[in-house]
Amino acid sequence: MSLHPRRRLRGAAVLAAGVVVGLALAACSSSGGSSGGSTSAGGAAGGSAALDAALSKGGELTYWTWTPSAKAQVAAFEQAYPNVKVNLVDTGGAGDNNTKLQNAIKAGSGAPDVVQVEYQSLLQFVLPKDLVDLTKYGFGDLKSKYSASTWGAVTGANGIWGLPQDSGPMALFYNKTVFDKYGLTVPKTWDDYIAEAKKLHAADPTKFFVNDTGDAGMTTSLIWQAGGRPFKSDGEKVSINLQDPGSKKFADMWNQLNEGGLLGNIPGWSDQWFKALGDGTIATLVTGGWMPGVFEASVPAGKGQWRVAPMPTFGSDTATAENGGSTEVVVKQSKNPELAAAFLRWLNSDPASVKVFLASGGFPATTADLESADFQGKTDDYFGGQQVNKVIVDSSKNVGTGWQYLPWQSYANSIFSDTVGKAFLNKSDINEGLKAWQDQNVTYGKAQGFTVTAG
Amino acid sequence: MSVTGRPETKVSAAVVLTDASPATSLPRRRRSLAGLWFVVPFLAVFLFVLVVPVLYSLYLSVFQDKLIGGRSFVGLANYSQLFSDPKFWDGLGRVALFLAVQVPVMLGLALVAALAIDSGRLHGAPFFRMSVFLPYAVPGVVAVLMWGFMYGDQFGLAGNINKLVGHELLTPLSPQWILVAIGNIVTWEFVGYNMLIFYSALRSVPSDLYEAAAIDGAGAWRVVFSIKLPALRQAIVIATIFSIIGSFQLFNEPNILRTLIPSVIATYFTPNMYAYNLSFAGQQYAYAATLAIVMGVVTAVIAYVVQLRGSREANR
Repeated sequence: MSLHPRRRLRGAAVLAAGVVVGLALAACSSSGGSSGGSTSAGGAAGGSAALDAALSKGGELTYWTWTPSAKAQVAAFEQAYPNVKVNLVDTGGAGDNNTKLQNAIKAGSGAPDVVQVEYQSLLQFVLPKDLVDLTKYGFGDLKSKYSASTWGAVTGANGIWGLPQDSGPMALFYNKTVFDKYGLTVPKTWDDYIAEAKKLHAADPTKFFVNDTGDAGMTTSLIWQAGGRPFKSDGEKVSINLQDPGSKKFADMWNQLNEGGLLGNIPGWSDQWFKALGDGTIATLVTGGWMPGVFEASVPAGKGQWRVAPMPTFGSDTATAENGGSTEVVVKQSKNPELAAAFLRWLNSDPASVKVFLASGGFPATTADLESADFQGKTDDYFGGQQVNKVIVDSSKNVGTGWQYLPWQSYANSIFSDTVGKAFLNKSDINEGLKAWQDQNVTYGKAQGFTVTAG
Repeated sequence: MSVTGRPETKVSAAVVLTDASPATSLPRRRRSLAGLWFVVPFLAVFLFVLVVPVLYSLYLSVFQDKLIGGRSFVGLANYSQLFSDPKFWDGLGRVALFLAVQVPVMLGLALVAALAIDSGRLHGAPFFRMSVFLPYAVPGVVAVLMWGFMYGDQFGLAGNINKLVGHELLTPLSPQWILVAIGNIVTWEFVGYNMLIFYSALRSVPSDLYEAAAIDGAGAWRVVFSIKLPALRQAIVIATIFSIIGSFQLFNEPNILRTLIPSVIATYFTPNMYAYNLSFAGQQYAYAATLAIVMGVVTAVIAYVVQLRGSREANR
C-alpha cells in the first residue's frame, strides 16, 4: 500500500476559531534525554510528574496509526526513553483503523494504548466514554502550543481527549502545464473557477478542470467555507440543517459544475485518480494542506507541474475551511494509561518528534512550527520552487469559526454516496441529495438515542 | 455479522441435505458410548462455530445498541423494523434477480462444458478441463480487481474500446449494467467449479449403461438426455443449492467494485453488504445480527424447497 488511503485525512472537527495566534510557548522543551521530554512549566504538576515517572519506570505500549512518519517517530522515542517499548501497528488508513478500533472496544480487549483518530471521528469514541480524559495529566498546559482550531478539535464534552497531530487548511492546487497550454488563469473566486472550468471543457472535453464523484469531506469543507453550519451538537442534542444558507450557497455553486457536466467522474484516491493527477487529465484540486506530501509520494509524474494558490472564495468573503487532520488518543482499555499519555505527550508536542513528522511532509498543528520562518520559507521543487507552506499557513488564518461535525460523522460519510452521491451520478440538483442525506442522518441519530432536530 | 452469517447459512443447507436423505433404519442395538468419542471433535467444532454464533446472533437481535444510552432489550422491534426497511428489500430484491438470471446461465454453461469434455469428441479435453477451472483458482479479490480494471471506462479496456469505436459503447460500471457486470465476474469465477461437480458425476456413470445404449442404437443426443442428464440430477440440485447460497451472500464483488464507483453501488446493494456496513460503519451490531438471521432463514427455506423438489423429481 502506498500513501493514498493513509493520507485520507478528511475533515476536521474544529470547534473553535481557526485564527492562529502566535502565542509564545509556555516552555522551551528539551528534546529527548532523561529530563522527561517537553513539559510546560507550572500547573497540574502532579499529573505531569506522574507521566515523567512512568517514562523513567518504563513498560510496553501498543500504538496504532497510519501516519507515514510513525516508524521514525517511534524509533526516536525509544532512543530517548530506552525503558519503554512501543509496538507499532500500521492500520493502513482511517477507515480500517476506525473499524478495528470499534471492534476491539466492543470486544472489551485488544485495543491499543495509543491510537490515531481523525478529528471528525473523535466524538463517536468520546461519547460512549471509550477514551481517557487527559486533563488530569496536566495536558491543559499544552493548549498554547496548538492552533486554536486544532485545540478546539481535541477538546469539548468537558475533557481533553488527545493532542493534535496535524491540520488541513485548504488551498487550490493546479496543474500549471495545463493552465499554460489552454490559456487559463488562476481563479480567485468560485465564479472565476466555474468560468475557467467551462473554458477548459470547451477547449478539450477529455480534460477535467476538477473531479468529484461525491465526496463527503469535500462537500462538508466547502459548506464550511460558504458559511454553512449544518451540524450542531451539544451532548445528546443534535440539530441538522443541510439547507441552511451556507449549504445552499455551496450546492447552488457546485450545481453549475455538476449539472453542467464539468466534473470528472474519477473517484478520489483511486488508481485512476493518481494517474489523472500525473498526466494532466485533472487540472485542479481543492483540498487540505497535507496534500503536498501525497503529491510527492504518490504522483511522481506531476513533479514540476503543480502549483499552489489560495482557495477560491465565495465572492469577496475571504473565509477558508479545513479538510482533514488527526489526533492521537489514549484508549480506556489501556493497562498503563500514564505511560500511554506520556508517549502521546511526547509524540505530538516534543520538537524532536514534530521535526520527524515535518520531514515526511506533514502539515503541523503546532503554532511554533506554523509560524517559523524556516517552515514558511521552505521552497519545494515539486511545486517549481514555490513556498507552499506559506500559502497554506495564510489559509489557516482565515478558517471560518464555529464549525462542528456530527457525533457520528464517519457513519454519515459512509452513506453520503447513497444519497448526495446519486445527485453527482445523475448530474442533478445537489440540494435534493443533501436533503436525502439529512433525512437518513436524522433517522440514524434518533435510533442512536440522540434528540435530533431537523432544520 | 456477515461473518457468522456465512457458516450459518452454509451449514444449515448441509443439514437440510442430510435431513432429506432416506433415514437409515438399523436394528436397535445395545447402546455403546464408544461411538460418541468419534463424533466429539465434530460436535465441538459444530458447537463453537455454528451453534454458539447463531445463538449469540439471536441474543443480539433482541437488543439495541445506542451511542447514547447503551444496550437495551427491545424484543422483536429489530425484526419489525427490518421488514419495513426499504434498504433491506432493495438488497434482497437485487440478489433475488441476480439469482434468477445468473445461476441458470452459469449452471447451463457449466453443464455444456462438462458434457463436452465428457463426450470424448473434444481434442485436448484435459486442457479445456483445466482452463475452464482455472478462474476458480484465482483469489476472488484479485479476480474482481482485474475485472474492475477491464471495466474501467476512463482508463480500462472498456474505455479503450469506446475510444476506438468513437462513442460510449461499453459502460459496464454504469447503474444500468453493473449487475450484469457483476454476474459476468461471478460466472467467470464459478463455471469451472460447477463444471467439475458435473464432470465428476458423469465419470461415475457405469460404462455398461453406455454399452447398452450403443447396442440399442442410441445416438449421442439420446445418450445425453436418457443417461447423462438423469445421472446428473442430484449433482445439479447440489450445485443449484450452492449457487443459491452464494448469490444470497453476494459481497466480495460489489464491495470491491464499490471503491471504483461508490455512488453506483450503494452501501445496501446486497443484504450482506448492508449487514457489513450497519455493523462496521454504523455500529448497529444488533440490527445487523437481525438481518443475518433473517437472511439465513430465507436462504435455508429456499435451499430446502429446491432440495425437496429435486429429490421428488428423482423419486418419480
